[in-house]
Amino acid sequence: MTLLTIRNMKTDIDQYVVLHDISFDVPEGGVFVLLGRNGAGKTTTLRSIMGLWKPSPGSVLFKGEDITGLHTADIARKGIAYVPENMGIFGTLTVDENLILATASGRFDPARLARIHALFPALEQFRDKQAWSLSGGQKQMLSVARAIIEPRALILIDEPTKGLAPSIVDAMAEAFREIAQTTTILLVEQNFTFARSLGRDMAVIDDGRVAHSGSMEDFAADTALQDRLLSLSA
Amino acid sequence: MNTLTNTLGQTLGRAGGVNLLPLIVAAAAFGLIGAPSSWLTLTVAGLAMGMMLFLMASGLSLVFGLMDVLNFGHSAFVSFGAFISATVLAGLGGWLAADSWMLNALALAAAYLAAISFGLVAGWFFETVIIRPVYRDHLRQILITIGAMIVAEQTILAFWGGTPLSVARPQFLEGSWIIGDVSIEIYRAFAFALGAVVFVMLYFMLNRTRIGLLIRAGVENREMVESLGFRVDRLFIGVFMLGSALAALGGAMWAGYETLITPALGGELMIVVFIVVIIGGLGSIEGTLLGAILVGLMTNYIGFLAPKLALASNMILMVAILLWRPNGLRPAIK
Repeated sequence: MTLLTIRNMKTDIDQYVVLHDISFDVPEGGVFVLLGRNGAGKTTTLRSIMGLWKPSPGSVLFKGEDITGLHTADIARKGIAYVPENMGIFGTLTVDENLILATASGRFDPARLARIHALFPALEQFRDKQAWSLSGGQKQMLSVARAIIEPRALILIDEPTKGLAPSIVDAMAEAFREIAQTTTILLVEQNFTFARSLGRDMAVIDDGRVAHSGSMEDFAADTALQDRLLSLSA
Repeated sequence: MNTLTNTLGQTLGRAGGVNLLPLIVAAAAFGLIGAPSSWLTLTVAGLAMGMMLFLMASGLSLVFGLMDVLNFGHSAFVSFGAFISATVLAGLGGWLAADSWMLNALALAAAYLAAISFGLVAGWFFETVIIRPVYRDHLRQILITIGAMIVAEQTILAFWGGTPLSVARPQFLEGSWIIGDVSIEIYRAFAFALGAVVFVMLYFMLNRTRIGLLIRAGVENREMVESLGFRVDRLFIGVFMLGSALAALGGAMWAGYETLITPALGGELMIVVFIVVIIGGLGSIEGTLLGAILVGLMTNYIGFLAPKLALASNMILMVAILLWRPNGLRPAIK
């Protein structure tokens, strides 16, 4: 079943056309990966889905409902969470305050909090620390934890491994596998090894257009296509 | 220069951080002034002035921090607050002059409530009609809010005239407490106490409530708060109304402090209010309080020690602090 459908999405930022024509379907469950070179339009795609940039024309359907043009807050309340590239944590708030802000009721569900602490033990250890004082990896964990503190149908995650140590990347991959059992993840990633280990389906964006889409298994087997679209051998 | 500022920063950090600056300024002034009675009188005056400036500046700082809006029209709320409270106090002259402190307090409360109510309603109108169309456009914000400030000043002129308006004070706030050879004006002590109460309430609201959590988060990263499912634009209306009401209350208190007010009151205070916000750090209530107390103390000490430097003292203070901490003493974003 398709969870998210993007059709002919075009996004302008000021006078620049960043997305020319983006169309792809994200099936429910698992990890869908968006690949592409720097500046291809991956982040803009996520921001356009989230309503942070307004696509025009084009449409975004979530669970069959047209959410194009809705306010970002209304899109989030429909069950879509966003983990931006810069993590978007609130530095002067404590770890717990960052998390509680993301809850609808203003209270923790003990079971969900326990799950988060099991996935990211550092967040339990530093729950009263101001978030600015966390390490880069811990900030990324907090950013992901904030996205799953409430039940969500879809999480948009933008380059979560950027600048992280290999051990943290491994822990993050493990966490994503666990999260993907209950929540669909739309992942933007440049680290192809990381993306390949998680993704079931994928699309490649190049110059604001979808250049390829299909299964990750097929794409991983086609090195010539990888070289052409991602310049991995360069 | 860098070594000096680093050493100063480390020493201050160990001893309690920038919060100690008012104490350091007060201690330095004590040495320069010499006479303890004069020093204490000036310190109380500085603290009272600081608290009133805090009321006027706190809303501006939150609005600036939360929505990146430069509102030069903020002074209109200060001016209107002063004139509306003065008018209410004049109308309740009988209660003010009465021997009953209860009637005195009721008259004062009515005046302050009138100013606050005006601030809330005018704040809603100002945000909806004037500010909303110019979000994310600083140049237009400056032009339109300066225009609004001029219109407000002229409206006051049309309603109340250009002659300075005398402001009556309640009987129970007249006079001074004489402790030894120290004279402490009762109104100043009252202004300080009321400002402190408002600060505690604001601090509690920002640090112990969900709305406060949202405001603090919104000051840091508005986009992310919206991505979590909250309408920051709706939150902003509330913050703008609160800030306008606090500015009007500050204006009402300032009117009683000065006892003679003109339509230019808000415009004249605005420069100092902006200095307070910049010194304190955008979007930070604690920073605004710190900046306001520093400006209040410096204005009074320098006015006594070197009257010719009084006007320049706040500018010098701002330049010195910005050279040391370019984002202000306690910015909301780290």
